Amino acid sequence: MNAKKEAVMNAVRNEIALTNAQQLMNSANERCYKACITKPGTSLSSGEQTCLSRCLDRYMEAFNIVRRTYVARLGRERMEDQANVI
Amino acid sequence: MDNNFKFDEATQKELSVFLEKQQAEARLHSSIHNFTGICWDKCVTGTPSTRFSRSEESCLSNCVERFLDTSLFMVRKIEEQRSAVENGNTKFT
Repeated sequence: MNAKKEAVMNAVRNEIALTNAQQLMNSANERCYKACITKPGTSLSSGEQTCLSRCLDRYMEAFNIVRRTYVARLGRERMEDQANVI
Repeated sequence: MDNNFKFDEATQKELSVFLEKQQAEARLHSSIHNFTGICWDKCVTGTPSTRFSRSEESCLSNCVERFLDTSLFMVRKIEEQRSAVENGNTKFT
């Protein structure tokens, strides 16, 4: 019973982590392509590869800045709501 | 897993609480992805470098805050318009 429960939970966790990673990859891919590959050639040049890897790092950083800002705001609004109830 | 298998009631309850939590987290992540896309397009215009400039960084966090302000503002506006209609005043201002 317990093992089956754990199996279900892990399946859900994996599914969510996968969706999360896919969302990140899709939007980073689209935006970094736009930012780095201005004139598509016959292969990725080393300059383009450098740009892409920096871009991916920046995209993750942007994701973290956004997450921090949004979570902080949610926390603030929750506190205000509680203050209004009291 | 065989099809006739059923969890006992306590486990079902535990799983439904777990699922709700996971769904809430997934929704949160989805919003963050959405904001990241919108704010990246607004704030990061040049070729990506090895680090964000101060202004890009503050643009990103202002972008999130103002986006949320905008959404609150819109909700308030629409509520105002609706209550104006309900009060017999059909003129939108």
